[in-house]
Amino acid sequence: MDEVEARKTIVATLEGKKGKSKFYLKDFYAMFPEEKPRTIKNIVNKMVGEGTLEYWSSGSTTLIGLKGVGKQAGAEHED
Amino acid sequence: MAKHETPMLDQLESGPWPSFVSDIKQEIAHRKANPNNVELQIPAEVPEDILGVLELSFKHGRTHWKHGGIVGVFGYGGGVIGRYCDQPEMFPGVAHFHTIRVNQPAGKFYSTEFLRKLCDLWEFRGSGITNMHGSTGDIVFLGTHTKQLEEIFFELTHNLNQDLGGSGSNLRTPSDCIGQARCEYACYDTQALCHALTNEYQDELHRPAFPYKFKFKFDGCPNCCVASIARADMSFVGTWRDDIKIDQEAVKAYIGGEIAPNAGAHSGRDWGPFDIQKEVIGLCPTGCMWMEGDKLMIDNRECTRCMHCINVMPRALRIGDDRGLSILVGAKAPILDGAQMGSLLVPFIKAEDPYDEIKEVIEKVWDWWMEEGKNRERLGELIKRQGFQRLLEMTEIEPTPQHVKEPRSNPYIFWKEEEVEGGWQRDVNKFREDHKR
Ligand code: HEM
Ligand code: HEM
Ligand code: SF4
Ligand code: SF4
Repeated sequence: MDEVEARKTIVATLEGKKGKSKFYLKDFYAMFPEEKPRTIKNIVNKMVGEGTLEYWSSGSTTLIGLKGVGKQAGAEHED
Repeated sequence: MAKHETPMLDQLESGPWPSFVSDIKQEIAHRKANPNNVELQIPAEVPEDILGVLELSFKHGRTHWKHGGIVGVFGYGGGVIGRYCDQPEMFPGVAHFHTIRVNQPAGKFYSTEFLRKLCDLWEFRGSGITNMHGSTGDIVFLGTHTKQLEEIFFELTHNLNQDLGGSGSNLRTPSDCIGQARCEYACYDTQALCHALTNEYQDELHRPAFPYKFKFKFDGCPNCCVASIARADMSFVGTWRDDIKIDQEAVKAYIGGEIAPNAGAHSGRDWGPFDIQKEVIGLCPTGCMWMEGDKLMIDNRECTRCMHCINVMPRALRIGDDRGLSILVGAKAPILDGAQMGSLLVPFIKAEDPYDEIKEVIEKVWDWWMEEGKNRERLGELIKRQGFQRLLEMTEIEPTPQHVKEPRSNPYIFWKEEEVEGGWQRDVNKFREDHKR
């Protein structure tokens, strides 16, 4: 699979989902039904490292979304 | 004068057990006095506000904490758990109260110097309150602000040679019993395996990889001191294949009262003279022990390695020499579904460095769960949903009698069409010629 294309698909798909900003890893797998989950997981984690995506964690579950979209730490007046 | 009145919490201190309320009050006094003039990076009042918010929660019968957040350290998807208080004006000290999980050393061995360094760091950059250890096994640093996270992470990784643990949909910090370091029952080196797998699966530990959490726990023997069988998605429990070693002279010494049973435990009251029939043979769950004259006999084929007899007479009975471990899968606490104990997947496997056979089982299980598991579905729930038989197929493990807990209670093995002569389509009338209704 072409990783550059995959990144574009991920960003475009997330931008297309109005009213929802946090996604399960499985939602990313669903974008690429032909691929091994491990391949997609590695791309998603790389995109977090590069700052395109970010994690959100309840402590027990992790969700992933576009960086800066949806509720942010700033909303807790911590800055 | 305390910052918040806490009559309900104060009452908890009156019970017979050591109280976390007293502990937190001690920390309040310490932070106020600040005898070492530490430049506290988060407010001194944090522990007071912990008690305050908890008292309010007791009063309301509701929590005043909010769950979750984007906090973390760079490159890691786990190890930090974001928590915020929903009454920040009333309790400014805990408005931001993030927890850090620190990967405890295998077997939880520390030097006092290392413990002091951890505490100094946490006094300086956090609330000063720890949980040693969380039920995940981690060293838990309770409560700091987002700005401190990278600083703490830097200090831990660069100066204390210490990594964060797992949280979220990651592999969780593997945890183990003290094993061969101190325990003669250990059937494999729990610390070596725990350490090796922690290093092998760093990516899974620090970055979300799974539908939900996944835990490894390592017990050196079926005594299960870290309760792996009840708490881990994958439990590694030490066992042996050959015979329990019997020292008949020592058996006689136990019977004659020369050696205290249970290594002297439970001696707070007089239980009367040791009765091997009642206390050992009669309690063997498989009924596989008996006396022939003054000799103790064991039918090792029937023994399930429950450890009872060895625990009672450790000087007479010892674990066998052909040692390894059993792998059980699917234990979990009740979150979405009820609690579950682990089910036996691999009855016996050798635990020898570099543990390739063990890794192979782990990775096959993960491949299946990553592909098939639903969001927030633990491995144990997937096994229930798709069946244990499916797990055996995915891990390419042949069904064996050990997979059956007891006849008719977990009949997960079903015939498939290709295994049945004539398949599902055979001619029933022809069959009826030979077999009348
Ligand atoms: C009804 C309320 C709560 C529920 C149902 C709940 C549930 C849980 C669960 C399931 C875990 C285990 C997470 C995992 O390892 O996957 C956990 C851990 C944790 N929770 Fe909560 N929680 C609650 C309230 C709180 C509150 C009020 C706080 C703090 C303000 C808190 C702080 C933590 C921390 C620090 C851990 C990690 C502890 C450790 O690693 O040992 N939780 N909680
Ligand atoms: C009535 C009050 C409380 C009671 C009875 C209580 C009791 C307990 C018990 C029995 C455990 C399990 C210990 C273990 O097996 O590891 C536990 C765990 C824990 N407690 Fe408390 N606790 C109380 C209040 C608090 C407060 C005020 C905090 C934080 C400020 C706190 C933080 C934790 C954490 C983080 C854990 C570990 C959670 C986990 O196992 O993952 N507890 N508590
Ligand atoms: S689980 Fe077994 S080997 Fe490990 S410390 Fe406990 S008794 Fe010893
Ligand atoms: S280990 Fe348990 S099952 Fe085996 S002989 Fe001893 S008591 Fe019986």
